Amino acid sequence: MYGKKRVAIVGAGLTLFRRRLKETGKELAYEAAKMALDAAGLELRDIQSVVMGTAPDAFDGVHMKGEYLADGAGAYHKPYTRVFVGGGTGVFTPLAGWWHIASGQFDTCLVVCEEKMSSCYPHPQYAFTTIFDPILERPIGMNLIWIFALEMQRYMHKHNIKKEHIALVSVKNKGNALDHPCAQLAARITVDDVLNSEIMAWPVQRLDVSPTSDGGAALVLVSEDVAKEITDNPVWIDGVGWCIDSTHWTNRDLYYPDYVEYAARMAYKMAGIKNPPKEIDVAEPYDPFDYKELHHMEGLLLCKKGEAPKLTAEGVTQRDGDLPINPSGGLLGVGNPIAAAGLMKVCEIFWQLRGEAGKRQIPGDPRTGIAQAWGDLMQYGSVIVLRR
Amino acid sequence: MSEVAIVGFGCSGFKPITPELSYKELMFETAVKAYEDAGINPRKDVDVFITCAEDYLEGFSIFDEFVPDQLGAVLRHLFTVSGDGMLGLATAYMLIRTGHFDTIVLEAHSKASDILTYIDIVAFGLDPVYNRPLGGHPYYIAGMEMNRYLHDTCTTTEQCAQVVVKNKRNGILNPYAAYGANVTLDQVLCSETCFYPLKKLEISTPADGCIVMVLASEKIAESLSDKPIWVKGVGWCTETPSLETREWTKAVYTRMAAEMAYKQAKINNPWMEIDFAEIHDQFAYKELQHMEALKLCDYGEAGKLLEDGLTNLNGEFPVNPSGGLLGMGYGLEASGTQKLLEVVLQLRGEAGRRQIPNAEVGLAHTWRGIPTATGVVAVLSNVKR
Amino acid sequence: MSEKIKRYLGEEVKAEEIKEGKIPIEKFKPKAKYAWSAGIAISKFLEELKKGRIIASTCNKCGRIMVPPRIYCELCFKPTDGWTYVKDTGTINTFSASYLAADATRLKEPIIVAIIDLDGASEGMGIIHKIGEVEDWKQLKIGMKVEAVWKPPEEREGAITDIKYFKPVKEAATL
Repeated sequence: MYGKKRVAIVGAGLTLFRRRLKETGKELAYEAAKMALDAAGLELRDIQSVVMGTAPDAFDGVHMKGEYLADGAGAYHKPYTRVFVGGGTGVFTPLAGWWHIASGQFDTCLVVCEEKMSSCYPHPQYAFTTIFDPILERPIGMNLIWIFALEMQRYMHKHNIKKEHIALVSVKNKGNALDHPCAQLAARITVDDVLNSEIMAWPVQRLDVSPTSDGGAALVLVSEDVAKEITDNPVWIDGVGWCIDSTHWTNRDLYYPDYVEYAARMAYKMAGIKNPPKEIDVAEPYDPFDYKELHHMEGLLLCKKGEAPKLTAEGVTQRDGDLPINPSGGLLGVGNPIAAAGLMKVCEIFWQLRGEAGKRQIPGDPRTGIAQAWGDLMQYGSVIVLRR
Repeated sequence: MSEVAIVGFGCSGFKPITPELSYKELMFETAVKAYEDAGINPRKDVDVFITCAEDYLEGFSIFDEFVPDQLGAVLRHLFTVSGDGMLGLATAYMLIRTGHFDTIVLEAHSKASDILTYIDIVAFGLDPVYNRPLGGHPYYIAGMEMNRYLHDTCTTTEQCAQVVVKNKRNGILNPYAAYGANVTLDQVLCSETCFYPLKKLEISTPADGCIVMVLASEKIAESLSDKPIWVKGVGWCTETPSLETREWTKAVYTRMAAEMAYKQAKINNPWMEIDFAEIHDQFAYKELQHMEALKLCDYGEAGKLLEDGLTNLNGEFPVNPSGGLLGMGYGLEASGTQKLLEVVLQLRGEAGRRQIPNAEVGLAHTWRGIPTATGVVAVLSNVKR
Repeated sequence: MSEKIKRYLGEEVKAEEIKEGKIPIEKFKPKAKYAWSAGIAISKFLEELKKGRIIASTCNKCGRIMVPPRIYCELCFKPTDGWTYVKDTGTINTFSASYLAADATRLKEPIIVAIIDLDGASEGMGIIHKIGEVEDWKQLKIGMKVEAVWKPPEEREGAITDIKYFKPVKEAATL
């Protein structure tokens, strides 16, 4: 890494995740940003640049939503950019923060993610009808859940996976979320509860899915010099990766996320990780649906293709297992305000590595953790590697 | 830290309409030109691809989905900046300077002719609770700003109208311009008042087009191009989205962005050290207001400089030799790359009949339009040091 | 810091509070209308659908026959080389039975959707469409053969919906 700059995370903030919050998007951005600054012991005047992550404008109902949110995110009179990679945005935004500092351009960067899905009527799902090709797909009356059902079905078919094995993920994550103070859907449920829940689009059932939510999250990123001045326990961003696959999602075999693997390889190479399952102590893969956690564990090379359900059944992915996965409770348990949910995962790794995760703390003094998000038309992977 | 250079470009358009091509095909056509110019294969040689787009200008909820194939970025490292093409430049610049990436592709386009309700979409950018319910055509914001600017600076309506005359005339010489024309001062002044004091001919018309640029690190720039154009400094700033609390005369976002870019480029006296500028002129008065914010002259002085012909193509300091957005057409989020394109052409000595002799240092500036107060400034040069 | 933060902000609002008008809200329906140019490749595709045929484009470098067609091969990054018809029959790559409409309202009878790998196109070249004439969606299997059911020629308008849906091929259905 000679000649290359290191970037540290020194503070994190998170609002409650709920189906509806009274706060506006700006207010959510402010609350999360302020908490992160307080946690870092910094003030807004110490911040030299701001990065915003937020999903489609159609949720908040404002064109150029990044501009609208600027003052809430603390960007007044500052260099400010919004990056957007669909559902991958929450983990991608701190990557953008990383290059603001790793380039030497700034010493401090505030990374803010916000989602106000409840503004969209009659249902936030409606905003997703315009993510499809207007000529070839929208006339069919596409619904977002369909495409995940198609992918889940393909994954199950390819590896001969049973639904009860997938349901275990939902049981674990909603259970983990019982210890998360911001969680929207924490619950103690059983595999049968999942299997008996209402069918949305087979094989996707109600309890396989994360909710729609409002929420905000934020991080403070600083250069190595600043980190040494203000904290004894920085967490370093040692690897960043992202990758996109073709728009033609119906031309790909959906059973495996190549784009996640490529993103992970980019990040691992930068972080010098050669054997991911051995070297990674804790992971927060993106889990808007229960099967996605498994799919992403495989894409992240944490296990072999088709092996993730087995590891889950054996308890390896529990908080006290060999490879804790989504100790926060994930999107299934904590909630899914899209960009804020992705950043919540990075917050969780930050807290886990600092030993500050309270009742959620995993044992064994974790030193290396990863978070990952996924987006667009089942085609985007964003990955971050954090080290203490 | 590595120096950063623009080593290739492609441009399609700008034209009033492009019904023959889909946005994807327009992007493909342009990308091919850029890769040819830089002599690269996008499937192997590019580390990062950046596209600059806003969902509602495309008619998609996640436009990022529809970008990789036509840029050669399938299973490669691409992302979207929800902003003007020059925010993409700032992003590419930072990425290269991390030392992890050597070649970056930057794309921005406008398919304005696909949008049937453009003004409604601009209005949809207003604060949903305080401002939007007031209704009306959102360009009233430009009218209010112009009025305050004229009031505070004693700039005249004739001076603003003269910007249109100059820029549309420059546009005639630019094959990439959609709306070059010989218009007279009287024609501009006698055109309909739309948003007092803003006149119809003082408002740029949207156009379709696409620009792709290839950026490279110091290490490889000279092997890719005989005429690399170096990015000496880039600055960007957001003032505030709030109409109620923003500064209405001085384009603070541009001033702060300029200060950042000049500091980096070690520019102390912009008028003397820079040879020409491409300045955001979606509305005619904005060229003058932005010249002042860019510290090219004193506050309130831009109108006089223009009147005296100093910013003409053959003047001491040409402003908008491309024809600006008034002449080229307003390229939505590609506006900033339109500005960059002209700076690159001039600095490469490839600007044809509008070539500024011996140009060494050029300035590109953009603004994100109504209702924002966000701007980007870049200083570029054909001399490395 | 998780442990150190004493209170997480956020004021929850219940659906009833909105119904009862306790929470001020500003309603607005955006007017966002577009007329996308279909472009060279998709225009041709739509014109052929109107004639009851499915057209693909080909790349001589990688040898792929691609549906939906495109004027560039995204993998080789070069213009495609020609056009060819593919069959209106294919294989179910994956399917779902959706009880949700596009706006997330619940349907009594599910819509069955599938990715169909078309015969004559390169392996894995699927399109998304609906499946019809199926009594019970639980009978569907990945790998099942299906065929297109077209609208009558006079009703076709050059749209993806000129194919009403795909239905299981008889031989396969009786297997």
